[in-house]
Amino acid sequence: MDATFPHSPSRRLFLKTGAAAGGGLLLSFNLPAAGRAEGEATANPFSAFVRIAPDGVVTIAATRPEIGQGIKTSSPMLIAEELDADWSRVRIEQAPIDAKVFGEQSAGGSTSTPDDWTPMRQVGAVGRALLIQAAAQRWKTPAAGLTTEPGFVVDAAGKRRASYGELAQAAAGLAAPDPKTLVLKDPKTYRIIGKPQKQSDTPAIVTGKPLYGIDVRVPGMLYATFLKAPVFAAKVAEVDLAPAKAVKGVRHAFVVDGGTELEGLLGGVVVVGDTWWAARKGRNALEVTWADHPTSAQSSAGFAAQAAALHKQPPHRNVRTVGDVKAALGGAAKVVQAEYSYPFNAHATLEPQNCTASFKDGKVEIWAPAQNPEDGRELVAKTLGIKPDDITLHFTRSGGGFGRRLMNDFMVEAAWISKVVGAPVKLLWTREDDLQHDFYRPAGYHSLTAGLDAKGDLVAWRNHFVSFGEGEKFVRAAGMNATQFPFGAVPNYALDVSVMPLGVPTGWLRAPGNNAYGFVLQGFTDEVAHAAGQDPVAFRRRLLGEPRLIGEPGKGDSFDTGRMRGVLDLVAEKSGWGRKTGKGVGLGVACHYSHRGYVAVVMEVAVADGQVEVRKAWAAVDVGRQIVNPNGAEQQVQGSILDGVGSAMGQQITIENGAATQSNFGDFPMLRFADAPDVEVHFRVTDHDPTGLGEPALPPAPAALVNAIFAATGKRIRSLPIAGQLA
Amino acid sequence: MAVELKVNGQVHAVDAEPDTPLLWVLRDVLGLVGTKYGCGVAQCGACTVHIDGVAMRSCVTSLARVGAKAVTTIEGVGAGPVGAKVQQAWTAIDVPQCGYCQAGQIMSATALLTAAPKPTDDEIDAAMNGNICRCATYIRIRKAIKVASGQVEA
Ligand code: FES
Ligand code: FES
Repeated sequence: MDATFPHSPSRRLFLKTGAAAGGGLLLSFNLPAAGRAEGEATANPFSAFVRIAPDGVVTIAATRPEIGQGIKTSSPMLIAEELDADWSRVRIEQAPIDAKVFGEQSAGGSTSTPDDWTPMRQVGAVGRALLIQAAAQRWKTPAAGLTTEPGFVVDAAGKRRASYGELAQAAAGLAAPDPKTLVLKDPKTYRIIGKPQKQSDTPAIVTGKPLYGIDVRVPGMLYATFLKAPVFAAKVAEVDLAPAKAVKGVRHAFVVDGGTELEGLLGGVVVVGDTWWAARKGRNALEVTWADHPTSAQSSAGFAAQAAALHKQPPHRNVRTVGDVKAALGGAAKVVQAEYSYPFNAHATLEPQNCTASFKDGKVEIWAPAQNPEDGRELVAKTLGIKPDDITLHFTRSGGGFGRRLMNDFMVEAAWISKVVGAPVKLLWTREDDLQHDFYRPAGYHSLTAGLDAKGDLVAWRNHFVSFGEGEKFVRAAGMNATQFPFGAVPNYALDVSVMPLGVPTGWLRAPGNNAYGFVLQGFTDEVAHAAGQDPVAFRRRLLGEPRLIGEPGKGDSFDTGRMRGVLDLVAEKSGWGRKTGKGVGLGVACHYSHRGYVAVVMEVAVADGQVEVRKAWAAVDVGRQIVNPNGAEQQVQGSILDGVGSAMGQQITIENGAATQSNFGDFPMLRFADAPDVEVHFRVTDHDPTGLGEPALPPAPAALVNAIFAATGKRIRSLPIAGQLA
Repeated sequence: MAVELKVNGQVHAVDAEPDTPLLWVLRDVLGLVGTKYGCGVAQCGACTVHIDGVAMRSCVTSLARVGAKAVTTIEGVGAGPVGAKVQQAWTAIDVPQCGYCQAGQIMSATALLTAAPKPTDDEIDAAMNGNICRCATYIRIRKAIKVASGQVEA
């Protein structure tokens, strides 16, 4: 039976019921991307689905990329809950990539959970209503007297029961009710949501099944490696390809001229072989002379020097002013001034960038570990001169994303190479390629000034932020929103900006912007608290003040001081804030709002002989009224906090002579097993729609760490990474 | 010229250059893609396999060095009692996030528990420190090792 229902104006749920091939009920639906034009033609808008087979097995298509954030499990949980399915009989399939069919299939910005929360539950509720209706007809009784138990419709008296499998066929012939007329479950009755559910791919992961982009195998496939210019977008001046071609197993070696856009196909030399090792050996035999490039003189040291000079000048522009900072600082009882900075940083997904492509007769099929594949389709079409419709995209699981795979450079490279060699090709980057050709978290330089009045209250706050860009434009991920706390909590506030040009690719790294601003703003807040002679938690409490909303309600950057106060109090209680610590041991606190989540963190560190040992971390998190999957939620919070610790401790990408100097995990240190503290996670439930957890727990972690180091040693860390500063 | 390579109890005739790292023989020649590439220079542990029961980094172990020794990979480790217990514990604790490092983690943990059935925290630290997890699942890895060794309940 066909019935379609537009959902909310911004995200419309289309839903259709019908018989499944092989029997049973098929609920087809899609969620058009937010912002997609009304009535935009779609070839087949109903291929995301829930299938209830005659044997009772429920199959749900997971439509979003799985990058380790757990969405492949948590999104189907929403459907299964309202369907009242037996979770042990739910199978999850990964859907192919097609924006026309599935709507937005990206993963980024911790938006999947808030976007899926209502429509996915409605899909399940429609299915349940249909099954109840089918049972009512079979038993000739009003539907109102029937209810469900996992996988069964039962009558109120408990006398009759029919499994979903038995009812599925009959339900397929019924008209679907309008989802808006259905009452969703009372959360108190949840059987699946809010219960820890295992990630659906775990059994396949622990037995080594092929799941990832790097595992794709296509008949007749060759293996490729791509040596790009160390200086971003430089071109090959001269190369002799013969030594590479002489290596056994090498089939092709050729020069790619490449373009000038950092996110597209760049210049370099490709070597293709029967195995990746053969291709790699061929590459190692090459000697390439690279052409001069205008950015080959840039360096991290040069940027820092420019930033220091810019800090001494009036800013290029003021982004936001509240009150009169200059006058307030002039009248302040105490002024605190400090410079904070952080370096470029890489994503270092453990699975290096890779992609498999098969180009044939003007069409290309692509298997990609991607976070934002539809943009890749555009890029490939443009670069290869083919139609977007002639590109077939397949999802694979990703060995980490962290924002790296929102860019699609690897996709266009693989497609190009396959076209040149006329065979399916798996392109795999080396770790060195991966660290030296990332879209880095931009470095940044902040000159901060705060004024305190005689009572120790914050009366003025100015940040002169030096970043990268030109004129009013920032390079990707280098901008800062003007409403970062303490905006709205201090009567005189200014965000000033100056920019310098950049020839380094930049991009979104987990909790973009915030992963650095958390460190800067919460580190400096701590300094100001100490300058005011106040306890860091007490100072933050006072600053947050009465519960109220700063900014516009419902907007991503509106900030609820009450919710932040709630997590701050909770983490203080759980960590035993204020307790005595031994010599060289300290507690540090930080709280930060990002991606609609409120997170406060306390860390306990011990510092001896310049070595920092993080003993334990406590996190309090408010992401609304419902944690969808507590199992995945704990993983994301622990992972984010440890990610913040690892990156703050030792990670940086240093630019010299226009290129990244780090090459592998020897000079780009990752947090290791023995250095990972336990992280105790507490959720504070508040009556707000649930929001995502892939990112918001990271930003407070580096600040809590440097604040704890200060408590332990009296040494204030104002630039990252920490390594080397305590010796 | 083909050489014989023993993997997970099966002998394969492998046509590859003797200096080829075992990792690429497993992945690209034999199609055993469970063993992962992360760094290629023995710094991340993603490529960990057992060679005669000892945890080794296959990215820096040439085919010639393996010779007639028996190789066990993530695809075969569950055939042994310790490997099976480790995999069960990993599932019970639901260790993986992205999961990419986990084959290597399981191989290192299995080698540890074979040598030290009830390892101390220090022994666990030492055995697992060479395996990077970018998603930082370390807390659950430690717990899973303790579950597999019967020191705590799942
Ligand atoms: S790939 Fe072998 S240790 Fe990293
Ligand atoms: S689970 Fe992602 S690298 Fe370990």
